[in-house]
Amino acid sequence: MKALFKHPDFRVGVSELSAVAPGIAAWGLMTGVAMVKSGMSLVEVLLMAVLVFAGSSQLAALPLIVAGAPMWVILATSFCVNLRFMVFSAHLRPYVMHHSLWRRMAFGYGMADLNYVLFTKRYPHPASDAAGIEAQDAYWIGSCGMSWVSWVGATLVGIALANSIPLSWGLGFAGILALLGIMCSLATTRLRAVSAAIAGAAAVATYALPLKLNILVGIAAAVVVCLILEKTVPAKPLPSAPGTGDAA
Amino acid sequence: MNQTDLWTVATIIGMTLVTVLTRSFFFLSSKPWTLPGWAQRGLHYAPIAALAAVIVPEMVMTQGHFIATWKDARVFAVAAGAAWYYWRHGVLGTILAGMAVYLPLHMGLNW
Repeated sequence: MKALFKHPDFRVGVSELSAVAPGIAAWGLMTGVAMVKSGMSLVEVLLMAVLVFAGSSQLAALPLIVAGAPMWVILATSFCVNLRFMVFSAHLRPYVMHHSLWRRMAFGYGMADLNYVLFTKRYPHPASDAAGIEAQDAYWIGSCGMSWVSWVGATLVGIALANSIPLSWGLGFAGILALLGIMCSLATTRLRAVSAAIAGAAAVATYALPLKLNILVGIAAAVVVCLILEKTVPAKPLPSAPGTGDAA
Repeated sequence: MNQTDLWTVATIIGMTLVTVLTRSFFFLSSKPWTLPGWAQRGLHYAPIAALAAVIVPEMVMTQGHFIATWKDARVFAVAAGAAWYYWRHGVLGTILAGMAVYLPLHMGLNW
C-alpha cells in the first residue's frame, strides 16, 4: 500500500487531476455555499461535505431534506442521480477485481466523473501484469485523493464564506468548463465526437425527465448509435484532434 | 442556523452508502463474469457521452428550457474555452479562458 504512494503513476494521477482542480474547486465552493443557504445545521452541512462526495446528489438532496421529505425519497433520488456510476463500475470491473471487496468499495467511493474519465483515457485496457496493475492502482489513488481534497477542501471554504459569496456570481460554471476541456481531449476519433454530440442532444431533449435521468438516456443513446455506426463506418482518427492526453 | 436533526444525519450517512454502492455496484460480486464483447466496445464511448450529457444541458438550458437569447454568458464562455482548447490543448487554460469571458458578461452585463 505504501509503495503505491511512491509509485511514479501516483504523481501522474495527482498532476492530471490537478489540471482540472480549479474547476472542481469552484464547483465545490458553490456547493458549500448552497448547502449553508439551504438552512441545514452546521453539523449536517459539514457531515455532508466530508462524507457524501457526490456533488449532483448533494445538490439534488438539499431541497428534499429542507422540505422534510421521507428518507427513502431522498435516498432514491441520490441513487437515480448516481445511476451513471453503475455504468462506469461495469466498465472498471476488470481493473479492480484483484482487490478484496472492501478495497473495491473504497475504489468505487473515489470514482467521480473526472477520475473515471481520466483513468480510462490513460489506461484504455486493464493491465494483465503485476507492474501494470500496480501502476493503475497508484494512479487511481493519486487521482481520487487529489479530487477528494480539492472537492472537500473547496466545499469547506464555501461553507466558511457562504455569506460573502453570492450564488449569483455563477462561479460553479468553472466546473462545467473543466469538464468541457476534458471532453475536448477525449474527442480523438470521429465516432467519439459523434458520441458527445448525440449524448448532449439527447440529454437536452429529455431534460424534463425527473432525477437527472436525462444523463443516463444521453449515455445510452450515444453508445447504441456509435455501436451501430461502428459497423458501417470504419473508425478514422480526426486529423485535427490531439492524439495524446495533455491534461497537465 | 437550524438545529441538527438525527434523522437528517442518518439520511446523510445513507447518501454516503448510496455513493459507495452505486459506484462499486458491479464490483460487489466476485463471481467470474465478463461483459459481452459488444458491451465492452460500447463502453468506450461512455466516458465522453457521460461528460456531454452532464454539461450540454448546463450550457444551453435555463429553467428547463432551451435558451431563447444569444445574450447568455455561458455560450460565449464555452466558445472561448473550446477555442482555447483547440489552440493550446490545456484544460486549465480552457477553464481560465472560459471564466475570463464568463465573469465580465455575467456579472457586468447580467447576461
